[in-house]
Amino acid sequence: MTTNIDRPGPVSGPVLDIDHLKVTFATDGGDVYAVRDVSLEVNPGEVVAIVGESGSGKTVTAKTILGLLPETATSQGAVLINGNNIISVSAAKLQQIRGRDVAMVFQEPSTALNPVFTVGWQIAEGIRAHADAVSGKKISAKEAKARAVEALGKVGIPDPETRVNYYPHQFSGGQKQRVVIAAALALNPGLIVADEPTTALDVTVQAEILELLRDLRDIYGTSIVLITHNMGVVADLADRVVVMYQGDVVEEAPSRVLFAQPREEYTKKLLAAVPHLGRNSASEGMTERAHQGGKVLVEAKNLTIEYPGRLGTPAFKAVDGVSFTVSEGEVFGLVGESGSGKTTIGRAIAGLNRTTGGSLKVLGYEMLNFKERTFKPLRKDIGFVFQDPAASFNPQLTIGDCVAEPLIIHGNPTPAEARKRVGELLESVQLPASYADRFPHELSGGQRQRASLARALILNPKLLIADEPTSALDVSVQAVVLELFKEIQREFGFAALFISHDLAVVDILSPWVGVLYKGKMVEQGMGNQVMGNPQHAYTKKLIASLPVPDPDEQARRREAFREVLHS
Amino acid sequence: MTATTESGRKQPFIYRLPVISHFRTSVGLQRGMLVTGLVLTVVFLLTAAFAPVIAPYGFAQLSDASGTFPAQQPPSAAHIWGTTVGGYDVYSRVLWGAQTAFVVIVVAVVMSIFLGVALGLLSGYFGGWLDRVLVVIADAIYAFPSLLLAIVMSIVINRGQSSFWGGIVACSVSISVVFVPQYFRVIRAETIRLKAEPYVESAKVVGASSIRIMGRHIFKNATRTLPLIFTLNASEAILTLAGLGFLGFGIEPTSAAEWGFDLNKAIADASSGIWWTGVYPGTAIVLTVLGLTLVGESMNDLNDPRLRGRRKSVGKTPAGGPDSTAGAQAALEAESRVL
Repeated sequence: MTTNIDRPGPVSGPVLDIDHLKVTFATDGGDVYAVRDVSLEVNPGEVVAIVGESGSGKTVTAKTILGLLPETATSQGAVLINGNNIISVSAAKLQQIRGRDVAMVFQEPSTALNPVFTVGWQIAEGIRAHADAVSGKKISAKEAKARAVEALGKVGIPDPETRVNYYPHQFSGGQKQRVVIAAALALNPGLIVADEPTTALDVTVQAEILELLRDLRDIYGTSIVLITHNMGVVADLADRVVVMYQGDVVEEAPSRVLFAQPREEYTKKLLAAVPHLGRNSASEGMTERAHQGGKVLVEAKNLTIEYPGRLGTPAFKAVDGVSFTVSEGEVFGLVGESGSGKTTIGRAIAGLNRTTGGSLKVLGYEMLNFKERTFKPLRKDIGFVFQDPAASFNPQLTIGDCVAEPLIIHGNPTPAEARKRVGELLESVQLPASYADRFPHELSGGQRQRASLARALILNPKLLIADEPTSALDVSVQAVVLELFKEIQREFGFAALFISHDLAVVDILSPWVGVLYKGKMVEQGMGNQVMGNPQHAYTKKLIASLPVPDPDEQARRREAFREVLHS
Repeated sequence: MTATTESGRKQPFIYRLPVISHFRTSVGLQRGMLVTGLVLTVVFLLTAAFAPVIAPYGFAQLSDASGTFPAQQPPSAAHIWGTTVGGYDVYSRVLWGAQTAFVVIVVAVVMSIFLGVALGLLSGYFGGWLDRVLVVIADAIYAFPSLLLAIVMSIVINRGQSSFWGGIVACSVSISVVFVPQYFRVIRAETIRLKAEPYVESAKVVGASSIRIMGRHIFKNATRTLPLIFTLNASEAILTLAGLGFLGFGIEPTSAAEWGFDLNKAIADASSGIWWTGVYPGTAIVLTVLGLTLVGESMNDLNDPRLRGRRKSVGKTPAGGPDSTAGAQAALEAESRVL
């Protein structure tokens, strides 16, 4: 076959060989390095994970493998795929290589698929863009569709012959990600680059996708470059791990070795910061719910919250008959996947959402008859920490102005008094008081979240609602913020409703945990009991799905939980 | 996005002013467009400011010491751009016309900005029936041909003809009527978007009053696109003014010089070979509008990191430092939205 000279048969050497890669971006502030010096190899049938925090250059590296960098980027070095250097090949050649030799799985499956075409068409598009590997001829539409059906079958979509004609919105999030993987697999590339393939998915769905990726490697011998920040995912799937920090490779080791004996200081710190289910639990050694003698600050009885439907469709029940209490000084952890109603409950307590049924008493105020005017005096006793610290500060105001805002609204302090109090609060969240003069964009994510905590606490509230306060942060920053949160809670003694999707994080902070599923509270209990001996089928599945950052333990768990996951 | 504000505070105030900051971030063709626009606009502004000094005659002057001006005189030493059928000096009237145009732009745009921004904020923030009524009114105004609306307003206010200020106010009001819905729409859309931002919600949770939220949190963030609309609308205001004048609803020639009016009077001249009465005011309109539009469009492109050109990063020493990779990440994120 003379037409396919550059496509070798069975590969013996590495499928991907990155040699001293450097990537520079031209920005308004001058040139910046995204990747300084990265060299790595991926062998056939190997899963290599590139891990690192945001800004470490892992995504840029992944995009370079497919030649997807924007025009402002300049890359040096070599990225060899089957002998072709991606950095220097022509555009036409690059187009041939993409899809045939290397394919990509994106983070967000709902935006990676075009909503106006059927999934079959989208998979076939890639197949028809390349000539047939054997005959060298163009592939007919019929043949391409047949291959799309085959690809859908491979990734475990049931009834692929019918489903091939479905549109993306007819699939669930996990199935969409399967379709994206099917599209990547359609031409049987030797290498798949998966950029945070499970980050946008719920943890139970994540487990399924990870299993699918593992099967791909085992059955078809596909190599995978896995870009992720989640050490649990790495432990579950990767054979070899490359740790990146600020554009450089810090450490490279087989997965087992890296988790057991990290060599570099940075890796040790990173691994120590990863929350591990069952370790460092807030309820360790406790058998009874604490703080039950105190006043009940939040009391939900059969609470129902509905969002009105569009004309003709029934209202959507976001929260369905939930009952719980939060007493003075207690930290209540609320866990659930996306759409479980956990955020809605938090917002309802803060008066941002209206309740529609049952009863919700906040500091003795019945939220069913909510009026902003009558509720306003109570607001000084409620603090709220939002998920995204970048968005929860007005970009036009200084940190000092933002933190002082509650003080100015509820009291009438002189500027000097306000300044003094802001300084005190910033120091108690371990930020220098001089940061009051800075603007939000001049702080890092973790610093902003601390300032956000300072703002929530400036009036000494009785109740703090924290809605996923660490999910937008890097894992090492998350560990510091969680530790700070724990300390401050002990010092100030406020009650808190801690909302998160991450079981391990909730377990670190809250002795008492409630699990939400589709608007219903399926289980409530001591943290160590819910995590150690879950009663409800959903909780069992949730805990089984959560990968722990330890390859050996995770392999054992995978075997042990196989049944739970497939129920 | 954040890239433009990232280094904002460390720079002196003057570099953060709208046009100047745009100039500093521009390169290549985009800078060329911006500079051309700026030059034309500055020439227009200087002409408006110094018309009384530069112009050899008054806008309504028909005679000087040497006697009455001849009518329809071709360009000569005494009248370098010739004279009109009524005996006015074309050069002087074009210069004075810049002043009229400038005043109309300022009055019209200021009136529409204040009203549009206030209504947009209220309507977007409170929503409900107020919002619905205002949106319907704005849509109804959109449905009208803007020039027709301007004519109607002009007739209502001044019965078509009037003095300098009367004419300017009439023109400005008729132009504002058309522009208020535009500002209203933009600010309302921004307000609705910002209302859902966590920092606005966090102000709500804290117990801030609606007025405080609108004034302190939404207003400043919602009005960032205004310089852009301002420049684009300024050019449209000139066209509307010229259109009104051309149709005979402008300002009397004895009250002020007005390009549209002069063009109207030049229609009959065109067929008899008298080109100077039409070409000069026409060119003045074209160049002024071109200048303002170039400034506006360049600002639009430069505000958007995806449309903004950058110098290639070859052969220079990168800035480096611990923040640099994060900066690259941000830049990449901004870029990757194009992909």
